[in-house]
Amino acid sequence: MPSFIEAAQSQVGRKILTGITGFLLLFFIIFHLAGNLAIFGDEHDMNRYSAFLHDMGGLLWLARIGLIVAFGLHAWIGISIWLKKRKARSQAYNVYSSKGGASKQGLSSRSMALTGIILLIFLVFHINTFALGDTETVIVDGREMEDLRSLVIETFMNPLYAFGYTFVMILLGAHLGHGIWSAFTSLTMKSKQLSAAIYSVGVVLAFLIAIGFLFIPLYIYFTGGCGELLGGCT
Amino acid sequence: MSSSTMTIHLKIWRQKNSHSKGRFETYTLDQVDEHMSFLEMLDVLNEQLIMEDGDPVEFDYDCREGICGSCNLVINGKAHGPKHLTAVCQLHMRNYNDGDTVVIEPARAAAFPVIKDLVVDRTAFDRIIEAGGYVSVKTGSAPEANLIPVNQKKANQAFDFATCIGCGACVAACPNSSASLFTGAKIAHLNKLPQGQPERNERVLAMVDQMQKEGFGDCSNFAECEAVCPVGISISAIAEMRRDYMKALFDD
Repeated sequence: MPSFIEAAQSQVGRKILTGITGFLLLFFIIFHLAGNLAIFGDEHDMNRYSAFLHDMGGLLWLARIGLIVAFGLHAWIGISIWLKKRKARSQAYNVYSSKGGASKQGLSSRSMALTGIILLIFLVFHINTFALGDTETVIVDGREMEDLRSLVIETFMNPLYAFGYTFVMILLGAHLGHGIWSAFTSLTMKSKQLSAAIYSVGVVLAFLIAIGFLFIPLYIYFTGGCGELLGGCT
Repeated sequence: MSSSTMTIHLKIWRQKNSHSKGRFETYTLDQVDEHMSFLEMLDVLNEQLIMEDGDPVEFDYDCREGICGSCNLVINGKAHGPKHLTAVCQLHMRNYNDGDTVVIEPARAAAFPVIKDLVVDRTAFDRIIEAGGYVSVKTGSAPEANLIPVNQKKANQAFDFATCIGCGACVAACPNSSASLFTGAKIAHLNKLPQGQPERNERVLAMVDQMQKEGFGDCSNFAECEAVCPVGISISAIAEMRRDYMKALFDD
């Protein structure tokens, strides 16, 4: 019987861990998107949401540590699989192509490592811009809050940020396009019928998530931060 | 039966042994009959090479009826060639057109070193089987078969996995050179049946371990293996392997 560490390092264990962390990250991303969409609510809904999260204190740190572990494991295993594949085929094919049919090989599945690494690098810049960014203080509901909303709008008025974020969100969609179905398969989904259905649902979900995320920077940029959905300019 | 002949240009990987560096050689065959199998076309090439005092192209084959799994060539980048559910020996030249260029490479994986030309050493698969792809039974007179009831659905599933002929196309086609489909099918085949139950946990742990030791890559769920499998084994075999592995870990 292998120890827990040995099992986790086996080819099956690595896949199970990638699947579990992948699902955790997917749930996080969906919550994150829901939070982002608060920008289209009341003028201070996003700030209220941010304040609500910060008020959680210890629970927030628990979630942060959980996310760091999930991101770290997911990335570490993914990169190690990618490095190992080079060793497993030292001499590459001169001609190689997918046979189609049941194959899920495509732009999305073949670029998992690349899109994953770009997302990881993006994450550092992203946290620096928003979580650690300089915010003004506003009084909402009779208490002081950080004006995250203004920081977001200000940031995405800059075309570099607006289009940079849009590009990375397209890559996120591509990563999830294979990733959602792959996580189910890694977590031992056996049914062929279910597999086909989940693949379609996964692609649609990945598309919706990407659109949801990239709509915000593009909308802010093209409306100059004064769009109707944002309540116009004040 | 009328038949038409065609000219086929071949670009074949030639390699003296596992240590030497290989390279492509080009050949042209003028009178390729459309009814020839792919391997018969290579036979014609080899006859031609022998007549010219050349070195014939080594390739693996045995039954030539799609059941032994010896032949596994990567043809124009696809394991077993362009057709689904077809081993190279069952592939016919009518799938090609006059003047086509066909590139033939061996299955490429560090765990499958080239022996010569298109022949690779697939004993890594044998060692995976040795690790657990068997059931232990007392020898002697054969027991009454009907004493062990087998659920019909389970029997069918086990048979679907048992159809694996061990050709190695799954490894050849996998972008990661993973042997998960082969190993998964062999595990699932026995773990589905009552005769496989006593050793099910040891089997899955040992075979997964051996697969990794042989230097095959990780599975990334590309499902390319299922697409190239000449007997159409589904990647649900890999899911079965993962499920049985997890069960084995939590079972004492």
